[in-house]
Amino acid sequence: MNAVSLSAVSKQFGEFWANRDISLDIHSGSIHAIVGENGAGKSTLTKIIYGLLTPTSGSISVRGQSVRFNSPRQAIAAGIGMVHQHFMLIPGLTVTENIILGDERCALFSLLNRKEAARKIQSIADRHGMAIDPDVFISELSVGEEQRVEILKLLYRNANILILDEPSAVLTPSETEQLFRTLKSFRKEGKTVLLITHKLGEVLSVSDTVSVMRRGRIVATEPTTAVTKSDLARLMVGRNVLLRVENPPEKPGNTVLKVSQAGFIDEKGRQRLDGLSFKVREGEIYGIAGVEGNGQSELLALLWGMVEPGCLTSGSITVSNIPLDDKSSAEVASLGVSLIPENRLQHAVIKDFSVYDNMIFGRHREKKFLRFAGFDAKTIRGYTNTLIGQYDIRCDIQSNPALSDLSGGNQQKIVLAREIERPGLKLLILAQPTRGVDIGALEMIHKKIIEARDKNIAILLVSAELDEIISLSSRIGCLYKGSIRHEFSTEEIRKGRSSEQDFEKEIGMFIT
Amino acid sequence: MKLPPVMQNKLFKLVAPLLAVAAAILVSALFIVAIGRNPLVIYQKMFSMTFGSDYGTGQIVFKTTSLMLAGLAVAIPFKVKLLNIGGEGQVLAGAFAAAAVGFLLPPQTHPFAAITICSFSAIIAGSTVALFAGWLKVRFGINEVISTIMLNFIVQAFVGYMLTWHLAVPSTVHTPEIVQSAQLPMFDSIIGIWHKSPANTSTLLALIACLGTWIMIFKTTAGYEMRAAGLQPEAARYAGINANTHTLKAMAAGGAMAGLAATNLVLGYKHFYEAGLTSGIGFIGIAVALLAYAHPLWIIASALLFGFLEYGGLTVNAYVPKDIFMMMQAVTILMVLVLTKTLNRA
Repeated sequence: MNAVSLSAVSKQFGEFWANRDISLDIHSGSIHAIVGENGAGKSTLTKIIYGLLTPTSGSISVRGQSVRFNSPRQAIAAGIGMVHQHFMLIPGLTVTENIILGDERCALFSLLNRKEAARKIQSIADRHGMAIDPDVFISELSVGEEQRVEILKLLYRNANILILDEPSAVLTPSETEQLFRTLKSFRKEGKTVLLITHKLGEVLSVSDTVSVMRRGRIVATEPTTAVTKSDLARLMVGRNVLLRVENPPEKPGNTVLKVSQAGFIDEKGRQRLDGLSFKVREGEIYGIAGVEGNGQSELLALLWGMVEPGCLTSGSITVSNIPLDDKSSAEVASLGVSLIPENRLQHAVIKDFSVYDNMIFGRHREKKFLRFAGFDAKTIRGYTNTLIGQYDIRCDIQSNPALSDLSGGNQQKIVLAREIERPGLKLLILAQPTRGVDIGALEMIHKKIIEARDKNIAILLVSAELDEIISLSSRIGCLYKGSIRHEFSTEEIRKGRSSEQDFEKEIGMFIT
Repeated sequence: MKLPPVMQNKLFKLVAPLLAVAAAILVSALFIVAIGRNPLVIYQKMFSMTFGSDYGTGQIVFKTTSLMLAGLAVAIPFKVKLLNIGGEGQVLAGAFAAAAVGFLLPPQTHPFAAITICSFSAIIAGSTVALFAGWLKVRFGINEVISTIMLNFIVQAFVGYMLTWHLAVPSTVHTPEIVQSAQLPMFDSIIGIWHKSPANTSTLLALIACLGTWIMIFKTTAGYEMRAAGLQPEAARYAGINANTHTLKAMAAGGAMAGLAATNLVLGYKHFYEAGLTSGIGFIGIAVALLAYAHPLWIIASALLFGFLEYGGLTVNAYVPKDIFMMMQAVTILMVLVLTKTLNRA
């Protein structure tokens, strides 16, 4: 039987078809993945199923019953629950209080039966192997635990069709694994899971059926066993995509970045970096593999002069033999260093500024952009137009758009263009350069990174995506608890690329 | 009709304040009806005694001048997301400083030097007060709303004390007159307009200040960094922009503008400081800046409206209590806020 089935569902916003003629059967007791690039219409589709949007045309049925939801309340009553990308929890309340909020099951002004609720929550959690303490405050939980609370919220309301929107985007690899185990246990109980994602590896490892969306339509629905990663990528983008960028042999030169015996103790006295040492040479990419929280952000803070007051640092870091100690980010940048921070929307651009203003953001002190006390608008326009061409940034520059009018991939290309083209660039630091980026843009970003390397720039790549690390790096340092636990040489990596699965496992042993 | 988003935004920004003013006029009409007067007659009287007359126009120009500067005092810090509630104290500090320095100068000082010295004393006084609030924010993280309000009290009390105990001309509440050479010429005496009104050449200074601020915020590198730091402080930090410096700069510049308002009041009009000379200007400045979306050029229009309401209220005082027009000012601001929210949603 079908848990949810849609027939010819369309959703129009003005002239724009967000969803067009979608017919889809989601089988009861299965994990059904929907993949597609940003803007393909995945979110709209889930919002329609969850009752947040009403379709322009078409019909929906849940377990054979034809339905028409006008609000999520009706969807919840029909047993449909959704975990949003951004959690909707109240930090000042406990896990139990958050879960029963809106479904207290007692009369107004009567006493809450928290104990009973907590017991019930604990039993649901135990049944699906979700570790959680119902009595702690949300503010004390990690992101992964918060997600568990969101899922428990749905189970507490007896949802048997669960929609998860990009659930792994906020999780560490081990948390993701645990989540998938939980999802599989739901399937065993006969619950249906609808998984929205753009990570193809996850789709293959956890789902039973996969549907691919492109430009508002479903272009394919296949049993997962019948497809490969590259099939899915081709269907998503609509052309052949190189999942693995061409990586000609590198010719490393002199050492540019030298980190030796770096230590970092944070405000709370926790040791975050401990005797961290590595070198990055001209014309090579040094990949730092590691599960988030093993010292990556502290390393980046050290390199970019962003250490918060109250933290203790030790050891030495030099760029071309110039020590970085106590230099501000502007001073570090002036040595020929560029950083692409992980959270680019928050840290690398100003959303409300124009594309022009963003193209010089952080480089706005360069002489060629200045005239008197202000900017040379003509030079900046010309420069921006050149980079837009070189980096294939898609935007209607004539209408002087704000940065926020652009898609995520194009925003990332602007940051990349700006940072790679920094005059006199010697060292490029990349933190999760392709997080949240479409496959199409990803290919191009990887190409540009290799190009930069071949221009003899030293590149430090910090990424949680092992396949990214493996396909780009010249050497790999496995970061674990604040120091490099193992380093893979160029030869080892070349060998490893031929049997990626095994190599990923081998790296995995050094980072967990 | 479909407009590109940028155009829609611009059109909307123009329409919202106008609608708000229209709504405020209607609401005030209701008040006027409620006290048993005919709003049309009142509005007609008010118009003929303000823009309808030479003297009335001069009065409005005079009031507008102070409000432009008080508006800038709020608008500049607002670009770094700081709410400067201390315009009141900063204007007061400026006026008092200008008056005190003005009568201490030797009478034979060259007018250019005298005016420059007095204006700069006012600027420095206003700026110092605001800068102190900025420093408290940067050094101790103290909310600028609280510190600027507290500074208002401190400045008021200090000026009150200095006036009563040290500087006032005996049996009056004002300081001695400033030297002749420090007085700014009236428009009346130069080009013969706005006869007998207090409108003086400091209006030109205020207009230059608006234009200068616009250039500073939207055309210079300092303004670029300032806006970035205001919109996304974290991103600014990554780009090597020191947000603290901009907090200090913006507060200092805002305070300087408030201080400059003293030129209009002291150098241009009264030629001394008297108790209550500046009261209310700083607060209306908040409204002026808000109505203009803190845009330095729109502030000119916004200040003109509030200048008109200020003086217009006085002209019909015999028929309608001035309080009605105070309500009208407040209704206008509330309307702008309500309309921006609702139109944005539509």
